[in-house]
Amino acid sequence: MAEVYPGVPTVHSSPARWLLAVLAVMLLALSGAQADVARPQIPPARGEQCVEPIEIMRRDHFEFLRHQRDQAMHLGVRALRHSLAGCIDCHASRDAQGQFLPVTAQGQFCQGCHAYTAVKIDCFSCHASVPESLASHAP
Amino acid sequence: MTVTRFQTLQGTTSRYWVLVAVAALASVAGLRASHYMETAGHWVTGMSNQVVWGMPHVFAVFLIVAASGALNTASIASVFDQAEYKPLARLSGLLAIALLLGGLAVLVLDLGRPDRLTVAMTSYNFKSIFAWNIFLYTGFLAVVAIYLWLMFEPRMNRFIKPVGTFTLAWRLVLTTATGSIFGFLVAREAFDSAIMAPMFILMSLSFGTALMLIVCLLMFCINGTDMGEERIQGLRRLLGYFVIAVLYVVAVDHLTKLYVTGHHALERFILVDGGVYTLLFWGVQIALGGLLPAALLLLPRFTGRRYLVIAAVLVLVGGLAQLYVIIIGGQAFPLNVFPGYTASSSFFDGAVAAYVPSLPEVTLGIGGLGLALLLTLLALRVLPFLPAGNRRATSS
Amino acid sequence: MTDSPKARTRREFLGRASTGAALLALAPGVRLVELVAAKGDDQPASALQRWGLLVDVNRCASGCDACVSACVEEHGLTGNDRPESDAQWIRKVDLVDKQSGHELSLPVMCQHCENPPCVDVCPTGASFRRADGIVLVDKHICIGCRYCMMACPYKARSFIHEDVSGQKTHSPRGKGTVEGCTLCVHRIDRDQQPACVVACTGQGHGALVFGDLNERTGPLAGALQAAPNRQLRSDLGLNTGVRYRGL
Repeated sequence: MAEVYPGVPTVHSSPARWLLAVLAVMLLALSGAQADVARPQIPPARGEQCVEPIEIMRRDHFEFLRHQRDQAMHLGVRALRHSLAGCIDCHASRDAQGQFLPVTAQGQFCQGCHAYTAVKIDCFSCHASVPESLASHAP
Repeated sequence: MTVTRFQTLQGTTSRYWVLVAVAALASVAGLRASHYMETAGHWVTGMSNQVVWGMPHVFAVFLIVAASGALNTASIASVFDQAEYKPLARLSGLLAIALLLGGLAVLVLDLGRPDRLTVAMTSYNFKSIFAWNIFLYTGFLAVVAIYLWLMFEPRMNRFIKPVGTFTLAWRLVLTTATGSIFGFLVAREAFDSAIMAPMFILMSLSFGTALMLIVCLLMFCINGTDMGEERIQGLRRLLGYFVIAVLYVVAVDHLTKLYVTGHHALERFILVDGGVYTLLFWGVQIALGGLLPAALLLLPRFTGRRYLVIAAVLVLVGGLAQLYVIIIGGQAFPLNVFPGYTASSSFFDGAVAAYVPSLPEVTLGIGGLGLALLLTLLALRVLPFLPAGNRRATSS
Repeated sequence: MTDSPKARTRREFLGRASTGAALLALAPGVRLVELVAAKGDDQPASALQRWGLLVDVNRCASGCDACVSACVEEHGLTGNDRPESDAQWIRKVDLVDKQSGHELSLPVMCQHCENPPCVDVCPTGASFRRADGIVLVDKHICIGCRYCMMACPYKARSFIHEDVSGQKTHSPRGKGTVEGCTLCVHRIDRDQQPACVVACTGQGHGALVFGDLNERTGPLAGALQAAPNRQLRSDLGLNTGVRYRGL
């Protein structure tokens, strides 16, 4: 086939053309994607710092939770640092009226990052998503 | 010795495609029903804290038990050296796989947390017969697949007998374990008995042979070939004997329980005043599903194919009724926690539990049947499972 | 007679051993060194303890359901006005003797068997027995197959048939899993008593007594020794942790 535009190399083979077309579409999609989704803004938590450093938490928090749940469930060891209730106690934020917002609500602590990373979490089908009120600890 | 040639399903008539469409529709409907049950929660079904296993389990157990029995034709050919059934062995293996997949699909889709299937596949309590069944069912699929491959690959034909024997043994263990799901339960008077295992084995032979006959006749009809009169008559007689055998174990089960005074309340419930359960037991399981088919299959005056098909269908209906009485009737009868007392509570202690099959449950169950049929129909088009036999001269 | 070295060593050993034993057991049940400390929240459950209940049917008032209400409140067992599928962890059962017509009322909950059929049949191991005798459901690995509900002779377990919200932090529960009485394990781990026991005592009936079945003293041991008591369906050989007096 003749050159369509002088000086611009022409790809002749059909598979190569398809590959280029797919790559082009992917590049377009990716460049568009970065502009679409904003990084999550996590509401600030109570207290000075988390029980673990942030980088470790981001990478391993599910491992901590999984280990802690087995400890709590099967051995009855509850008061360790990595309890889910502990996370919620510090990280749940309040609304304007002072009521706790569930950590599963839009933009809240757990949901914000998990929506961004598209990782569905199973915890709150069973676990409370707001901190326990002090009253329910009555003897 | 004649060498049987095999072929893929040849008939592309509208009959075939209508069947495929119906099966596909049933499968999709079943999927949709299970999704509804999972998202809304099981309160939309007839199952409750009293009757925890309902129609889906009736269908699932039926399909699994029938899957084991459907392989019987191949076992007869491979292990018991009945050469005239060898042409049917491939279809027998296919049907076993398809039925088991249909049953497993219904079972998994009814779980409260089907998304935790990976948990079920990785975390095991090996004292549980359920855990063993997971291995037995998936292993069965693999073993039958290998068995089929040995049939398809001429160079491997010489291994058919040893592998066929192994598969037969696997099948018997699988069906024993399925019966033991119920037989091991000390809490439930209706099925806490060692007889559940042999009962399920005989049920599998009965339902499996009935389904094999129906599917064979149907597929050969679509294909336009003849199944072979001796084979049909052989399977017909076998089915008749299996039906009688099932009647026998049911009789032994109930007669034994009737002798024991402590079980009289249960027996009165099943046999006399259990309402729908009594009706299903005597009317459908025994009469329509047992005595009538036995007569149609074995008495000389009923030799036509029409009677054979009717009898096979009745056996299947009777089988579903039998499982309904066992599984659901066995749960409806109240637990006897306080012998010597009449109990009542907000949790339905002492009361016969109410259960009405709901549409999502029945749809899911039928979806399993549809899936099994769909898999069979599609596989027949793709691989040569059917023997290329004589063209059928006339339809009888 | 002079002591041989062997005899001296033996005497020393016996002397030390008996002193040690005496220190450990001044009187039955009273120890200087407390071998079994009350479990702290961060300590694992120990097989040295076996938690149990005694239900005194004579003291259980027909028509009173304080234990049931307390359990519902403690665990957030919100009902949906569907008694057939709503969860019930403890219920009052009314009994009428078939021969005499005598009427009784008593609470029934998970019996926390030593040989639980529900634990035997669970395919994933979600239904398990903790070292200190409490039978629980690990809802993280429960697949909702309900086989344990089929297997329980006491109908102790419930399946959650719909979405749950507003759960109590100490009592997670969700759709599609199975649950039952936990003997208020979250309270036991904080050295408190189960909610039903507290409620019954608070009502002045005192029909429920909680304690360690392994101990020879204490309110539960005393109550068990004071009058005959039995298991429900003792013929099954499950060795339940809940015993009934007056039945």
